[in-house]
Amino acid sequence: MDDLYRDYILDHYKRPHNFGELDPHDLEALEHNPLCGDELGVHIRVADGRIEDLKFHGHGCAISQASASIASEELIGMELGEVGELDADWMIELLGIPVSATRRKCALLNLKVVRGAVTGDNAWPA
Amino acid sequence: MARATPTADPAELSSLGVKGDFPILARRFDGRELIYLDSGATSQKPAVVIDALAEHLRSHNANVHRGVYALAQEADAAYDGARRRVAAFVGSSPRTTVFTKNVTEAINLVAYAWGRGSVAGRPNVGPGDAILITQLEHHANIVPWQMLCHERGATLRYLEVDERGELSLEQLDAELARGDVRLVACSHVSNVLGTITPVAEMTDRIRAAGAVSLIDGAQAVPHMPVDVDAIGADFYAWTGHKALGPTGVGVLHGRAEMMEAMEPFMTGGDMISSVDFQSAEWNELPYKFEAGTPPIAEAVGLGAAVDYLSGLGMERVRAHERALTAYMLDRLAEIPGLRVVGPPEAERRGGLASFTVEGIHPHDVAELADRGGVCIRAGHHCAQPLMRCLGVGATARASVGVYNEPSDIDALVDALLAGRKVFGL
Repeated sequence: MDDLYRDYILDHYKRPHNFGELDPHDLEALEHNPLCGDELGVHIRVADGRIEDLKFHGHGCAISQASASIASEELIGMELGEVGELDADWMIELLGIPVSATRRKCALLNLKVVRGAVTGDNAWPA
Repeated sequence: MARATPTADPAELSSLGVKGDFPILARRFDGRELIYLDSGATSQKPAVVIDALAEHLRSHNANVHRGVYALAQEADAAYDGARRRVAAFVGSSPRTTVFTKNVTEAINLVAYAWGRGSVAGRPNVGPGDAILITQLEHHANIVPWQMLCHERGATLRYLEVDERGELSLEQLDAELARGDVRLVACSHVSNVLGTITPVAEMTDRIRAAGAVSLIDGAQAVPHMPVDVDAIGADFYAWTGHKALGPTGVGVLHGRAEMMEAMEPFMTGGDMISSVDFQSAEWNELPYKFEAGTPPIAEAVGLGAAVDYLSGLGMERVRAHERALTAYMLDRLAEIPGLRVVGPPEAERRGGLASFTVEGIHPHDVAELADRGGVCIRAGHHCAQPLMRCLGVGATARASVGVYNEPSDIDALVDALLAGRKVFGL
């Protein structure tokens, strides 16, 4: 079996969860991966200080799309305050595959977008 | 030394048999041979270049144009000798051959020294003027002109690329006929599409229209015979590291009258003839444009690189890469869902092919190629406006050099076919 392109990664890539537009939405952000020109945006609906619903849109590689898809399952229902605390390790652990230095930004793009939408700070997650 | 004359047999041409000259290609990754198909990004270096660089640092190192001692004279001879060989390699003159850091710096030199300059009180670029570039440019040949236009209230216009990846001389004529174009900048070979642009025909028209021409030869000089004098551009830029030389040394050739009329780009040591407390006088060409200690050892390495390429013969290098590119286009066509962008014929392109594979993102294509030990590039290739014209976010790109052989292309195709299986295609 392939270390990186595991079955569940490819499943999420081919059939990503929580992808599309969300209208109306309360928060949104759009980011580019400067390395490859990939683009990922997010729409977030907020209720009682939590992410009530969330959808990603854009295009990217298997790692970036699968990361967004997998993260979306965890992010929905999460308190906004908690989102600002999420770091790179959270995402990499959640993804569950060895991510090389060159593919790290692919895996972290979705968290950068979501944190940007929620906190206004669009720095790369450390 | 000419090793052999080109023959008509593509199989014979598709290998120059020089892989053994490049030490890095003997490396193994997890026991696999290194298959290097990213020469468009940077070339590998033959032992003669590595040795020339090391030998200079080991035995001849001193600063240039300053010392009276024998060692300093050796360094001067090595540096100026490299300039003579580099100029001769592309049919230019040492006096109008400036060493820069890379092509980016060479283009910025022109965008600042010419672009911000004036002749007899008339700014070279001002409000109402236009700079004309093309849709197939690298960011290095876009952004300096954007900055210049913003600063000067000028307009930046683009020649379009058609569906075959070609430029149109008719559109160039129409743009020039508007009468406001001050400079036209164009790649000699596109780093994404591979297109060989009609630079000689273009520079004639540009000159006739009273505009200045700049050609970015980064992807041309390492791969085909280039005669800067015959092309007739006002400026022609290229870089050492893509031409088997070291990083850190680029080249700008200019027309003497233009370079003489221009103010310096950067200022400091070596580029002056005298400095008073309040003013300075500029050194003669080409030193006026080489402020500070230049890339001496790197230039020496580049001198060895052009000697090596001359030894192979650039006609033969071009015939080899054309044959190999034709083979690559044929073999890539065997892969289901693979689409190559740019001119369909190898004749019309430099030694590269950019492509997409349906169902696999270009980054994953490059990662999967690496599983087979094959180094290819993925991304926007520093040409985001062109990617938008092509309607893709990114492509994968395989590019060849003198050391590549048909078996390298076979390895790429095998890796891509295996990669499709990983993705369940």
